[in-house]
Amino acid sequence: MTQHEHTSVSRRSFLHATGAVALAGAFGPLLAACGSNTGRGASDSQTIQQWYHAYGEPGVQQAVQRYAKDFSDNAGKSKVTVQWNPGDYDSKLSTSLLSGGGPDVFESTLQLSMVRSGQVVPLDDVIAPAKDDFTATILAGHTVDGKIYGVPQAVDMQMLFYRKSLLDKAGVKPPTTVDELIDAAKRLTTDKVKGLFAGNDGGVGVLGGPALWSVGLDYVTPEHKVGFDDPAAATALGKLRELNTSGALLLGAVKDWSEPDAFTQGLAAMQWTGLWAVPAVQKALGDDFGVLPWPKLTDAGKPSVPVGAYGSMVNAKSQHIDEAKAFVKWLWIDHTDYQQDFNTGYGFHIPPRKSLADKADKLKSGPAADAVKFVQQSAKSSNPPEWTQAMSTAYLDAVAKVVRQGSDAATELRTAAGKVTDELKRLYG
Amino acid sequence: MTGVPGSTVPGSTEPGSTEPKPRRGKKAQGGKGRGNARAFWLFVGPFAVGLAVFAYLPIGWSVLLSFFDARDTVTPTRFVGLDNYLHMLTEGPFLASLGTFSLFALFIVPTTFVLSLALALLVNQIGFARAFFRSVFFLPTACSYVVASLVWKLSIFNGVRFGLANTVLGWFGVDNIAWTASTDPPWYWLVLVTLRLWLQLGFYMILFIAGLQRIPRHLYEAAWIDGARPGWQTFRHITLPQLRATSVAVLLLNLIAAYQAFDEFYNVLSTARGYPPFARPPLVYLYYTALGQGGQDFGRGSAGAVILAALIAIVTLLQGKVFGFARRSD
Repeated sequence: MTQHEHTSVSRRSFLHATGAVALAGAFGPLLAACGSNTGRGASDSQTIQQWYHAYGEPGVQQAVQRYAKDFSDNAGKSKVTVQWNPGDYDSKLSTSLLSGGGPDVFESTLQLSMVRSGQVVPLDDVIAPAKDDFTATILAGHTVDGKIYGVPQAVDMQMLFYRKSLLDKAGVKPPTTVDELIDAAKRLTTDKVKGLFAGNDGGVGVLGGPALWSVGLDYVTPEHKVGFDDPAAATALGKLRELNTSGALLLGAVKDWSEPDAFTQGLAAMQWTGLWAVPAVQKALGDDFGVLPWPKLTDAGKPSVPVGAYGSMVNAKSQHIDEAKAFVKWLWIDHTDYQQDFNTGYGFHIPPRKSLADKADKLKSGPAADAVKFVQQSAKSSNPPEWTQAMSTAYLDAVAKVVRQGSDAATELRTAAGKVTDELKRLYG
Repeated sequence: MTGVPGSTVPGSTEPGSTEPKPRRGKKAQGGKGRGNARAFWLFVGPFAVGLAVFAYLPIGWSVLLSFFDARDTVTPTRFVGLDNYLHMLTEGPFLASLGTFSLFALFIVPTTFVLSLALALLVNQIGFARAFFRSVFFLPTACSYVVASLVWKLSIFNGVRFGLANTVLGWFGVDNIAWTASTDPPWYWLVLVTLRLWLQLGFYMILFIAGLQRIPRHLYEAAWIDGARPGWQTFRHITLPQLRATSVAVLLLNLIAAYQAFDEFYNVLSTARGYPPFARPPLVYLYYTALGQGGQDFGRGSAGAVILAALIAIVTLLQGKVFGFARRSD
């Protein structure tokens, strides 16, 4: 996921969640029965609840409330209330979808398990009028078995930022291979500045995917088989290990990789973060920075940028599915002005619709324009629907053990591959 | 929590008081008995209902789930018997985390015990400003684990040059250390252990102070008359045996807390992408299995929770057997 993520959960809220889950399981049907009897006719005045995670950029919350109010006042038969969800949004959302409650409309990445357990409804009819206008790779991330379950709202992409002046001073060219990148990171490291920052976990979380892509592999093959049970994957992780032991990697920064602070404060000469950070970096450094995709390692691989998009989805257990779908169509298909505002009015995101991306002036120059080009040439889905949490955990455990603790890459990857295979068998038979 | 014989309630601070407090309970005496019963249910009822609904029902449900294939559902239909238990108990991350935290408990329980007892003895001996020192050491207990974790992670032990620990080390010419991110050597243990000690010592210190103040003064006087020297000899033969009930309680609570570690570990080491495979408490692993970020395997998560609960119960019972927490202290 490329959105700004928040993770703090106390034991208490954890227990609340488990308790709520168990309770909802027990009383869910009962509560649902109460909830539907509002004493009103179903068609004249309904309330649709919409959930967002807490976007970090100021103004987004007011913007989405404005869109919802416009729909409530002028367009729809129902009133839309927006709930803003700080904290661990993904867990909160999946728990509430599971319990049969939750919002009518929400933003999320698509997970295969959501489709398999009937938590979301297909939106092919909603998206039909504009389907060809959406970038195909983005739409693919919201498609399972040929059906579309989410209308992409905004595209987020990750890339490598580098400080031009520091590279010049060290006599380093912007790297085009992983080996050049490691070499550059070492040469850029001084007693005050580290060469590269890729997260406080040494890049385990964000570079696990790019490492595979750099040698031409992937998480899962199109035939639903494990994609990384290959000696080249071990080589790729070996390079991340090399980075971690080189002393050129910044670790323990106050803000993690998704915020550009380490880069703008001059703690690292290069940082892995995302397009959304461009306005903040521009403000701090002016023109003194450039952007790159994660480079290739071998000739089998290609440069890559992880790309993901939250899509607007409709809860299959909603009492007002038709109205919810109408709202999604109104906001994310019909109202292109709002989509434009949402994507470029606050932080930088790429509009998922080609016609809007072409009109986005803020993305037409400088590093933002490079980012758009990278997405067109080298986009890789950062969280494909078939890459489930269990698979991701197994793979990231392997990456962490190799990269941070120096375990044997081939052994760890084989262990992870076994778990991923089990999970794929469960999902695809 | 397990009942502890001999009051260790932080409130009982009468020095030298050996009088047991009058026991509260039902004294059935005719009509008054019925009123008492009604009052009993009036006061206990809401709490009992809450407990049943929010604690016992979820626990029961969880035990039920542990025998089913409950992925992405809490109303499963496919019974799998002991498969979830077998899965959790075969070699893998859950067993690894149980192993790690057994080691952690072996280290942190005695350390907390010794340090909090030492603090209690010091604060109890001190002649002036005793209340002040007692409060100062107890205050961290009132601090939220999450807040303390963030202070430790972001302010004291961050890895950049302006972190507090690195600034101090910098005065002596030591290079910056990435405290929470460094795995060789594993500095994150230093961060986690100091954090846990800071948060917990005060609480156990208060328990010990309460215990110390219940030791009758005349025992010491008798010992001195018999020629015992103050210091180690009286501590070894009077203070420590008299603290048996408190000690057992402290050990017990400490041990349970060690296995239930979650808050500070999660807040210090997790990133948006999950939790690293080292220093991963069993509860954190279960959280990611059952709830975290969409991994909804409630069957295996529940099985792990049952295993963990059983383990805590067994270790507690063993400990009780060894130290005899059912025996009276005097």
